[in-house]
Amino acid sequence: MSRDKDRYLSILLISPSILAVLIFVYGFIAWSVRVSLSEWKGLRPDYTWAGLRNYINLFSDPRFQVDIRNTLIFTGVFVIGSILLGFFLAVMLDQGLKGEGFFRSLFLFPMAISYIVTGVVWRWLMNPAEGDRLSGFNLLFSNLNLDFLINKWHTTETWGIAAIALAAIWQMSGYTMAIYLAGLRSIPDELREAARIDGASEFQIYRHIILPLLSPVTLSALIILGHMSLKVFDLIIAVAGKQLPLDVPAIYMWQTTFDGLFYGRGAAIGILLLISVAVLIIPYIRFTLKTETQQ
Amino acid sequence: MSKSKLYGVFTVLMIAMLTLSACGGGGAQKVEVFSWWTGGGEAAGLEAMIKVFNAQNPNVEFINAAVAGGAGTNARAVLATRLQAGDPPDSWQGHAGQELIGTYVAGNQIQPLNSLYEEEGWLAVMPATLIPLISDNGNIYSVPVNIHRANVMWYNPAVLSANGVAVPTTMDEWFAAMDTLQAAGVTPLALGEQWTKMHLMETVLLGTLGPDKYNGLWTGATDWGGADVTAALENFQKALTYTNSDSASLSWQDASQLVINGDAAFNVMGDWAEGYFRELGKSPMADYGWAPVPGSVGVFQFLSDSFVLAVGAPDEEGAMAWLKIAGSKEGQEAFNPVKGSICARTDCDPALFGEYLQSAMDDWASNTVVGSLTHGVVANDSWKSEIDTALGLFVQNGDLAAFQSALVAACTSSGPCK
Repeated sequence: MSRDKDRYLSILLISPSILAVLIFVYGFIAWSVRVSLSEWKGLRPDYTWAGLRNYINLFSDPRFQVDIRNTLIFTGVFVIGSILLGFFLAVMLDQGLKGEGFFRSLFLFPMAISYIVTGVVWRWLMNPAEGDRLSGFNLLFSNLNLDFLINKWHTTETWGIAAIALAAIWQMSGYTMAIYLAGLRSIPDELREAARIDGASEFQIYRHIILPLLSPVTLSALIILGHMSLKVFDLIIAVAGKQLPLDVPAIYMWQTTFDGLFYGRGAAIGILLLISVAVLIIPYIRFTLKTETQQ
Repeated sequence: MSKSKLYGVFTVLMIAMLTLSACGGGGAQKVEVFSWWTGGGEAAGLEAMIKVFNAQNPNVEFINAAVAGGAGTNARAVLATRLQAGDPPDSWQGHAGQELIGTYVAGNQIQPLNSLYEEEGWLAVMPATLIPLISDNGNIYSVPVNIHRANVMWYNPAVLSANGVAVPTTMDEWFAAMDTLQAAGVTPLALGEQWTKMHLMETVLLGTLGPDKYNGLWTGATDWGGADVTAALENFQKALTYTNSDSASLSWQDASQLVINGDAAFNVMGDWAEGYFRELGKSPMADYGWAPVPGSVGVFQFLSDSFVLAVGAPDEEGAMAWLKIAGSKEGQEAFNPVKGSICARTDCDPALFGEYLQSAMDDWASNTVVGSLTHGVVANDSWKSEIDTALGLFVQNGDLAAFQSALVAACTSSGPCK
């Protein structure tokens, strides 16, 4: 009896948030899907049925192809870079050096900064000006007589977006370090000791014991970084503004909807973004929920 | 202050606000004017104009509903929400021309103002070639307060004379001059981020096609796919070869500053650049010179901030009183010297303005007036954004034929071309 009462009470208590989520998340997703299937262009809503035309047009749209290319390059550089650097930092810190706490905070700090701030700072650092107007990294390289390193950063043709990924790596590698460090600390010392007694080298220990045990951590890092890179927007805007060579789906969506008033097309881009993030996230969430209930 | 005290203060403030807004509801006439003039010379100019309004309309309360941010991007989003909710301000600011007409006339949200123009005699004091550009089907839809010029070529007089280059007046002279400068190791043409490239493109289109064919682009009379347009786009492509390599990372201010600092010879930018030069403490004709973009001598490519009358304005009489001030000599003379632009009227007192603006006033009164693309006069928002995308792809891949066919497609899908 009292169990039932508790049950009703708990449902009652969470019902406001369920309702809010239903309306403000799923309701609006449904509405966006409807808009993406409409002819809506201009300030006045227009729900004339367009079928999948907005989606089909996007895939033959040269700008959207640039967006996909940029997203792939950005995701690749950013995810691999953050994981490698984060893992390296975590292994270094795990050696039990002095002042570990200090370095841990130092590496983690960039994560506390907003992408906009990172973007503005890296915009100065990655200044591509030439000749007398050299500044930022390029000036540093020039003063160190490393002139061959001077480059055009984010204004490089095709690969410019990778320069933006550098700024993102700087910001997020501390976070990957933190989760790897937690993973490393959760590996019992007995395992390493046993391996050492069996005559394994340090490298073999990492290769055959630690890395396999860290694979759930790597998966989490991959998912978290991956979905962040699909949604990247503010960092690019802060470094380079609205420029087509560095365009990504989120920027196209924003520009075409609010500058060009193509609501139907903007909604279609939004839904494609949602699907791509969902493909990444949903299997992960199912997997995590399953393991948690098993425990 | 303790937390509970803070809440107390907050509650009192909330109640006070609610009471005040409730009191505002009854009695006196009031007019709500919506704009994005929240900072610098614009806000000061608006304040000056409000003073004129209050002096002439002591019984009407003026509500300044300005929204800050990004050249009106935020304000326009707020305005769109209010209009969709059926709660329009009495009057709002917008770039004169198709940006207003394409959006709000199409949505039946603003009213024609022809009778106001006739009563106030504005048709006689504004350039005749301006009126069609701010009209749709013979109806005039907004009152321009200020005028900026887009087709201005700024130059560094010292750099030009050091290289023996005269100020060019035609496209061919311009290219020849830039060849000389390039050979001498000077960056001939300073350029900035993407929208400044569209700004350069529209002035080169105008300089190559001339005003009639240029106007035809926006009415459907000139074929976007034609050989004239190809030639104009080739000129634009050629002009891009004279520019600084880091344009994508420069704002318009950065690009203009290259000219002032002597790092570049020319820069094409609207005449708000002059306000920036003055801020930097530079003096006209000594540190910077100006001329119409080559090929567009005798043509004034304009953009303008203007005010409209809402359909269903809560206080139409008040809104009309405001529009009268916005179009009056007194109102415009209060606003423009502070903002750093010229009057839309041709009868303002030149003594109120600086050297550059005086020359712009002369040109405004005598030249052929055409509209700017980048700044919302000739194309609606959708069309402009399609052109922007095509331009961005072209700057990236240099494929002129694909660029031109994308422009043709943009005119068909979002412009008047059939």
